[in-house]
Amino acid sequence: MSLLLEGVSHIYGEDTNLAVAALCNINLEIPEGQFIGLIGHTGSGKSTLIQHLNGLLQPSHGKIYFNGKDINEKSFDRKELRSKVGLVFQYPEHQLFEVTVFQDVCFGPKNLGLEQKEVEIRAYKALKQAGVKEEQFYQSPFELSGGQKRRVAIAGVLAMEPRVLILDEPTAGLDPAGRDEILGQIKKLQKETGITVILVSHSMEDVAEYVDRIIVMNKGKIILDNTPKEVFKEYKCLEEVGLAAPQVTYIMESLKEEGFMLSAEVTTIEEAKQEILSCFKK
Amino acid sequence: MLKDITLGQYYQTESLIHRLDPRVKLVGTICYIISLFLVNKIQGYVIALIFLAIIIRLSKVPFKFMVKGMKAILFLLLLTVVFNLFLTPGETLISIWKLTITKEGVRVAMLMAVRLSFLIIGSSVMTLTTTPNHLTDGMEKLLNPLRKLKVPVHEISMMMSIALRFIPILMEETDKIMKAQIARGADFESGNLIKKAKALVPLLVPLFISAFRRANDLAMAMEARCYRGGEFRTKMKPLIYQRADRLAYLILIIYLVICFLAGR
Repeated sequence: MSLLLEGVSHIYGEDTNLAVAALCNINLEIPEGQFIGLIGHTGSGKSTLIQHLNGLLQPSHGKIYFNGKDINEKSFDRKELRSKVGLVFQYPEHQLFEVTVFQDVCFGPKNLGLEQKEVEIRAYKALKQAGVKEEQFYQSPFELSGGQKRRVAIAGVLAMEPRVLILDEPTAGLDPAGRDEILGQIKKLQKETGITVILVSHSMEDVAEYVDRIIVMNKGKIILDNTPKEVFKEYKCLEEVGLAAPQVTYIMESLKEEGFMLSAEVTTIEEAKQEILSCFKK
Repeated sequence: MLKDITLGQYYQTESLIHRLDPRVKLVGTICYIISLFLVNKIQGYVIALIFLAIIIRLSKVPFKFMVKGMKAILFLLLLTVVFNLFLTPGETLISIWKLTITKEGVRVAMLMAVRLSFLIIGSSVMTLTTTPNHLTDGMEKLLNPLRKLKVPVHEISMMMSIALRFIPILMEETDKIMKAQIARGADFESGNLIKKAKALVPLLVPLFISAFRRANDLAMAMEARCYRGGEFRTKMKPLIYQRADRLAYLILIIYLVICFLAGR
């Protein structure tokens, strides 16, 4: 279940005088089972890119392959693709519409043409995976709190059992506790089921702890694509495009400048704590 | 950003017509339409055509944008022409089966076609050169005397500008929700009419909820800034007639007189 992008460009309003290139010549390979952070400033083309991955947008130039098949070919089954590549949009709670939470989550699998029983099993599983409490299953989704609504909406996509899960800013507008909970649940899910997860964010802080690979975008181009450690080493480059490495990176850099013997290979607060403690023990 | 919050109609450029007071343009358009229906000689229409051509030239809006408006009423135009052509009684020109074309029919049909196309092009000049907000401002000022009759003029124009302001926002919202539901396997295209109508529920429910939420937020924001309707309200940029506007009124009167004298 790998995704391959070859020279993908997308130009909005190509035939008008207001043409804007949102993506220029993107080459990208997404193998199965990776947890990827897609980082970029507002307007860097992240949202446009992910909408290409399940065929909601078609590239102006270039090709996208899913398991070796061109997804924009006429014979390609888009519905099948959309069940395999699940996309959770920004503020997904705005898409809720059913009378109860459970029915709303059933919407996705029902569209896949599954049997009623299978639909309900999947919905139940998805709600559990997203961390929704059982007593909320039969409430109206509009009575829930913001964070709960978001979980329900994420469950709505999980119920389709995608092999690639793309989340566009899943933590926007949540408090730090809610953010950690949702991201933790996604990480757990990824570990258990081995699916590919692409986490879109504008904040390094958010993703540093969870991802194996970071892709940094700026003005429609990929400028960095590596492991978090390697990407954060380029923090000067990140600053140039209006992003920043996690604060931990800066603290460790300053400490090193002051003459402390620390390793630079630190990305999370926990690792930094261990590193500093061991430094003082010496 | 500004182009996003106006309707697709408005054509942004810098011209004499763009700068005119919206009231002038509103009154001018109404007078022009009345003049089209008062004259009935060919000379009158020639003058109307010349007047319109000068205005379009001054507005610096490409002519193809005017024609866009025509496309929408092409069917209506054809219908009127055909009905007038065949159903006007008078001196017979050609007769095929039960259909007869009369001399008067040809005349009336042509007259109607010219009137309607001039009318549409004339009013598109107004909407192409005036932002919706300006237009509602102008309308409010023009209708002000009705306030004495307890007509809520300010509220009506406020409602109109808010409605116009929300059209692009709701369009964007529709697009977003539609994509989100398609990503969940929704199908908006295939199936018969009933199936299609049912498929709209996952789109319309979130859309209505979002519209209510936005309306609520806006009302709250307006109240937080002490908005309480039209009474004693002043404007940051009040509409005041400039020299060009007075001149435009004068030209309009001259046009009306000439048109009337030549066209009757």
